Amino acid sequence: MDPQIIIARRVARELRSGNLVNLGIGIPTLVANYVPADLKVFFQSENGLIGTGPIPEQGMAHPLLTDAGGRPISALPGAATFDSAMSFGLIRGGHVDVTVLGGLQVDADGHLANWMIPGKMVPGMGGAMDLVSGARRVIVAMQHAAKGKSKIVAKCSLPLTSARPVDLVVTDLAVIGFARGKATLMETAPGVGVAEVMAVTEADLTIPGTVPEMKL
Amino acid sequence: MKPISVEEAVAMIPSGASIMVGGFMGVGTPERLLDEVVRQQKAGLTLISNDAATPGKGVGKLFDAALVSRLTATHIGLNPKAQQQMLANQIAVDLIPQGTFVERIRAGGCGLGGVLTPTGVGTLVADGKRLIEVHGESFLLETALRAQFALVHAFLADYLGNLTYALTARNFNPVMAMAADTVIVTAEHIVPVGVIAPDHVVTPAPLVDYLIANG
Repeated sequence: MDPQIIIARRVARELRSGNLVNLGIGIPTLVANYVPADLKVFFQSENGLIGTGPIPEQGMAHPLLTDAGGRPISALPGAATFDSAMSFGLIRGGHVDVTVLGGLQVDADGHLANWMIPGKMVPGMGGAMDLVSGARRVIVAMQHAAKGKSKIVAKCSLPLTSARPVDLVVTDLAVIGFARGKATLMETAPGVGVAEVMAVTEADLTIPGTVPEMKL
Repeated sequence: MKPISVEEAVAMIPSGASIMVGGFMGVGTPERLLDEVVRQQKAGLTLISNDAATPGKGVGKLFDAALVSRLTATHIGLNPKAQQQMLANQIAVDLIPQGTFVERIRAGGCGLGGVLTPTGVGTLVADGKRLIEVHGESFLLETALRAQFALVHAFLADYLGNLTYALTARNFNPVMAMAADTVIVTAEHIVPVGVIAPDHVVTPAPLVDYLIANG
């Protein structure tokens, strides 16, 4: 299976009926494709919409209805629109149940860096810092390694997105939790062993007695 | 509210002015006002806008024409020209979290000195800012943000200047319409008074100084 699809499918299993969910760009956006049809989840787009729907059919797009990247989207029955102060009030105020964000690094303490690479990439943080500070549950969806280097590091070398640690990291190889403030290996991807995950992870992982395989 | 042509409206904006421009990635942006700012070559602008949109669209046009000297925004990663001008030190850029951006503007429009936010505590964003403890939690003091001009785009404006917005084109527009000395509005449709029901008015007419005539 494509690594991104493994991640998106596993993250989708974290969502519960009634959740208000904000998906970041990249792999997190794919999560919406794997939410079971019987699960009633509200997706927020931080440019001012709850109830985002799929990409509109040919000829049905409206130039004033887009996602946070400016791409045309649709709105589901029951959708609501609002201004940016309300949108970020929802985010910072703890009304968003789950946010799923991409990551550049997550460290052993659960700190996330995902908004800049000094001297190389300075796009701005957009809504990322508010989402990590305010959402009830923060899930990072990212590849375990980039160019052969572990993205689960001992300590973030890149600027942090928030002082608040994330709750869960889902990669193409593993699910890592931070329940007691320390990176703990919760699951491994299908066909991936614990030793294999440890070998490609820079951070020290706590390994429980049994580590189940990810259900997709 | 005074109806005005787009040429007259932009003639009021001096070069070097501070302007807030509504819109999110060019959606809900007063394009006609920006086209006219470019035509009249209003340079050295201090721009307050969520993003830099993309070249040729929304506030992206101001970077195409190199009219911006200072920028306060939350994300400019999708406009390579704005990135280049920032890296070449042609623009002084202040990148801030989006929730902080909108609350600073809201504070500016609501007579507040600023807001206390947990966003950015313990990150680079906190550098040089006051940390204030309330009920045992740490917050950053983020000061109010205002501009000389707000350029706002509405969906409906009535003859008095009451405004409503459409879908995701609302974004920063109603907040900015409160936070500038002079508020200039373009609307997709200008309609008779009464078409917008009182319960549906988002920006009340007294906040609007100038409405750009359509046609």
